[in-house]
Amino acid sequence: MPRNLKIALGILIVAVVVGLISLRGLQRRMTGLAESQSSDEEARREVLAPEISTSSDAKVETKIYWAAGEDRVAPTTVALALSSEPAVRGKQVLQALIANPTTAEQRTIPGDTALLGFYILPDGTAIADFSMPLSAETPSGIESEQVVVDSISRTLESNVPTARRLKILINGQEVDTLAGHVDLTGFFDLNSTSAPLPVATPSTQAAPPGAPATAKAPKPASTSAPAATAPKSPR
Amino acid sequence: MHLGPVIVLDPGHGGTDTGARGAAGIAEKDIVLQFARALRAELERLGYRVAMTRNDDSNPSYDDRAALGNAYRDAVFVSLHVSSTGRIGTARTYYYQVPAAAPAPSGGSSSPITWEDAQRPYIETSRRLANLVQIELSHRFAGSPNAPTPVAVRSLRSVGAPAVAVEVSSVAASDPVAVTSLVGPLANSVARGVAAFHPITPVATGLP
Repeated sequence: MPRNLKIALGILIVAVVVGLISLRGLQRRMTGLAESQSSDEEARREVLAPEISTSSDAKVETKIYWAAGEDRVAPTTVALALSSEPAVRGKQVLQALIANPTTAEQRTIPGDTALLGFYILPDGTAIADFSMPLSAETPSGIESEQVVVDSISRTLESNVPTARRLKILINGQEVDTLAGHVDLTGFFDLNSTSAPLPVATPSTQAAPPGAPATAKAPKPASTSAPAATAPKSPR
Repeated sequence: MHLGPVIVLDPGHGGTDTGARGAAGIAEKDIVLQFARALRAELERLGYRVAMTRNDDSNPSYDDRAALGNAYRDAVFVSLHVSSTGRIGTARTYYYQVPAAAPAPSGGSSSPITWEDAQRPYIETSRRLANLVQIELSHRFAGSPNAPTPVAVRSLRSVGAPAVAVEVSSVAASDPVAVTSLVGPLANSVARGVAAFHPITPVATGLP
């Protein structure tokens, strides 16, 4: 047998052995991945679990804005046990908006949409993060998309008075439009008729978008609201 | 040299972005292109200069569309859409609803208007344009609202000129003809609204 052939054969055998060993490693990694996927699934379920209302949450008459015809929303009063914590309260009313329309015609948010997160920053900015179906299953159109945005913003402003403006995210990301028309790159005004909230000082403005849902909104102070903090002030 | 306004027509969507799509296969992107071509013919007949953000099955970005509107000194921007909802044969006009500005990071009270806020100074003129267009539409298309609606329509946001969006109902029609037959009368109404907003010369008022 020529020497070259021997060497080639040797390399080949080594390669096969290495391949067999790494195959087992690969298998192990694949099972490991499968396991971590199921724990992702668990984490997702935890995040999406409805806000559990505690005994201290009083049942109150709550206005939820569902569709009343194809071009407008109207309030329906339902009794819900709501938290006094604004961020939790916002989450509770949005979950009711998704889950409990009385009729199919009233529905504004596609049924398999999940509220992935809801936060209120100290400056009154509410951030609502919805899963993909909100974007993918809302009928495309200026009118149909605006009804969805109206139902979210009206429901929030009638139940969370400290929220001043709303940012809608899809799967944690800022997107151009809801379903091809309505702009989601900006903010929607909430409670714009009431007095402007004072801007939080930098030291209290520490909560990042990923902060836990317990971020406290500042109490509306009756004193010292500088003109520069009015909602319409330029960027 | 031809002075006077340039009417920029913006048929929404295009290419892989079909826009609204009905069960009978009606695609928003196709209807709006027919609508835009009919409206261009109508406006040119009245003596207006017209530019289109697309005249084929392409899909320019929102910025590219706005840039065409911003390229002329005296432009009027009309974005065209077909809805998924609403009574078939009705039409609605929208002007941009300005959301409250995000809280300024630090003392930016005299900052210049940014590209994404280009529509902000034109809201009032856009509302007037929308009102005139909607008056024409409500006369012609029974069941349409009497007044325009402020909505944050993405394609209007960066336009530094009077800008409106017109949306017709709807792709849900069972027969495409029910929608395509609207194109002519729609074009006529929108052209009258634009002419009422920005008349060019006394001789060009010979409306049918």
